[in-house]
Amino acid sequence: MFSLARFGAVLFKEFVQMRRDRVTFGMMIGIPIMQLLLFGFAINSDPKNLPTLVEMADTGPVTRAVLKGMETSDYFKFVGTVTSKQESDRALREGSASFVVVIPANFERDAARGLRPDILLSADASDPAAASGAVSAMTGIVQVAINETLTGPLQFAARAPPPFSVSIHRQYNPEGKTATNIVPGLLAIILSMTMVMITAVAIVRETEKGTMEALIATPVRPMEVMLGKIIPYVFVGYVQTFVFLVAARFLFDVPFTGSFLAFFVGFNLYIVVNLALGFLISTLSKSQMQAMQISFFTLLPTILLSGFMFPFAGMPGWAQAIGSAIPATHFLRLTRKVMLKAGSLPDITGDMSAIAFIMFVIVAVALMRYRQTLD
Amino acid sequence: MNAPEMAISVRGLTKVFGDRKVVDDFDMEVPKGAIYGFLGPNGSGKTTTIRMMCGLLTPNGGQGQCLGYDILTESRRIKEHVGYMTQKFSLYEDLTIRENLDFIGRMYRMKDRRKKVDQALLDLGLADRAKQLAGTLSGGWKQRLALAACMLHSPQLLLLDEPTAGVDPKARRDFWDEIRRLSARGVTVLVSTHYMDEAVQCDALAYIAYGKKLISGPAAEIPKMIGLSTWRVDGPDINALEAELRTTPGVGQVARFGAVLHVSGTDAAALDRAVSAQKKRETHNWKRKEAGLEEAFIYLMAGASDNFTEFAGKA
Ligand SMILES: Nc1ncnc2c1ncn2[C@@H]1O[C@H](COP(=O)(O)OP(=O)(O)OP(=O)(O)O)[C@@H](O)[C@H]1O
Ligand SMILES: [Mg+2]
Repeated sequence: MFSLARFGAVLFKEFVQMRRDRVTFGMMIGIPIMQLLLFGFAINSDPKNLPTLVEMADTGPVTRAVLKGMETSDYFKFVGTVTSKQESDRALREGSASFVVVIPANFERDAARGLRPDILLSADASDPAAASGAVSAMTGIVQVAINETLTGPLQFAARAPPPFSVSIHRQYNPEGKTATNIVPGLLAIILSMTMVMITAVAIVRETEKGTMEALIATPVRPMEVMLGKIIPYVFVGYVQTFVFLVAARFLFDVPFTGSFLAFFVGFNLYIVVNLALGFLISTLSKSQMQAMQISFFTLLPTILLSGFMFPFAGMPGWAQAIGSAIPATHFLRLTRKVMLKAGSLPDITGDMSAIAFIMFVIVAVALMRYRQTLD
Repeated sequence: MNAPEMAISVRGLTKVFGDRKVVDDFDMEVPKGAIYGFLGPNGSGKTTTIRMMCGLLTPNGGQGQCLGYDILTESRRIKEHVGYMTQKFSLYEDLTIRENLDFIGRMYRMKDRRKKVDQALLDLGLADRAKQLAGTLSGGWKQRLALAACMLHSPQLLLLDEPTAGVDPKARRDFWDEIRRLSARGVTVLVSTHYMDEAVQCDALAYIAYGKKLISGPAAEIPKMIGLSTWRVDGPDINALEAELRTTPGVGQVARFGAVLHVSGTDAAALDRAVSAQKKRETHNWKRKEAGLEEAFIYLMAGASDNFTEFAGKA
């Protein structure tokens, strides 16, 4: 029979060992913070004074107001003018400019007539972090320019719909990730990285050090060992996530717009699937080194194919197929929905079913491979 | 049904790793309350056999009982009543001495755990170091702690895999006193060892080499069963004599004990002829001697190396 006493003893022992292993413990708390700071600051440093070129086919009060607004926003620094598309493309490609603003011919006249001409803002989005702040500031700048200039006889034109629009053309990175978009993905990666590796190593350590032999020579049940060893790491996952979310909220202003309950449910599922994967890896490895290597091996596709690094929709079919088999892919979508898109439970059932299915497969294989002997 | 007084009774145990038969058709009968010695050279399969007996390895062939429970299907019951001391230190180095004992106690769901742990710490003389991490103990002390740990739940059967390796003579003596006390109380002890002074303390012995049991029986009878006759010789320039004897026909083996040689052979007549030739020179003192366990095992090991070449040829 499953013995709570034995399970409790394994659990307690695991906590004591975790507490004594200061380096690992520090790493478990340190990794999420470090990653967040690295990624977060890279993204949110919100670069100012980015070199900007102007291609001006018209001029007038509205144009001047828009350009002045851009300049005073501090995001854009005008470094010159261009006269052709080839010229501006070259500048963006070379990186001598991060933006090109194109004011089309007859802009002022069309705006006054309500023809809604288009200002084109071409951005070098190959570095989304660099472009995102400026790009999102653009809407506000335009609104201010409209309110300032379209007074008096032109007042009618200030009413919605606005008299002109801004098209933003992101080159080299169509999805144009933003800070807030990367943070949820980062959570998926960090949890996967630490949960899988730590569980795998913790279990293999017993085999490698020989303590597993004495442990399974006692009447302890496999389930007691498995749960006793895994549950402490569920708590580690909780702590990591808590630290991460708090830091994301207060350091980087990442919103949490959706349902906490939905997040909590999905997040527990994700932790368990990663622990199960760690357990599976531990049944495949003979040494802590091997466990570490296999964990790293699984980490690569998690980073590259989950949609964290590259937009999922932009990947070739085979890469999407592999990506779909990775729990992080679904958790990442789930977290983006919940954190950024005000998602609630019904919105994430699809993602959760996918994770649950993957978990089912992993647990089945792990239990098939787990032996209560040394064979 | 097995005779109830057998604590261990296994037949035909076989274990294959890869394409190597590590234990081959192994039989063993250990009566309840006996101290049973398990001997054999390194890599002969002692640890593997012990692991199969307590359900840590699944045999590829064979069957048997431990304490009346089937080793193939009832290993869970066996584990409740067996204390197994692994050859390699297998307590947690990053737990304290007390935490280790306490953990073992919990695994067996002992009711009087705290009292037993305190008593074990006192018996070990480690009561004032209870908070020390087990990993910081010296090798011999680790061994003694592991021993105490596997006896904590008062098992009916002790499987001890080289329990006294690296333990000092005084502690070894204490250990064997304890083993005899337990045995008198009806606890059965199967102990693997490489020490002859420990082998002679056993009621019975089994000798295994390259997975095959070569001989088993009461400790005192084993040399007779092999049929060795032995001479003891000492005197001047013993090195030269040793070298000469090694190539003398009729001499099966020469074992050195300090300044003394034990010369043995299975063919008593041939050995006597060789010895009489030596005696005529009157350079050394020759004395007939009863063959001891030491000679017996040296003989067995020499035989086992033949066994090995045969084995290696097959692999
Ligand atoms: N898990 C394993 N996988 C493969 N081979 C193994 C395994 N365990 C043991 N062996 C091999 O089985 C043989 C017997 O090993 P075992 O540990 O039983 O010997 P032993 O008699 O206990 O030796 P020692 O006196 O050195 O402790 C050895 O050749 C060893 O290499
Ligand atoms: Mg051994």
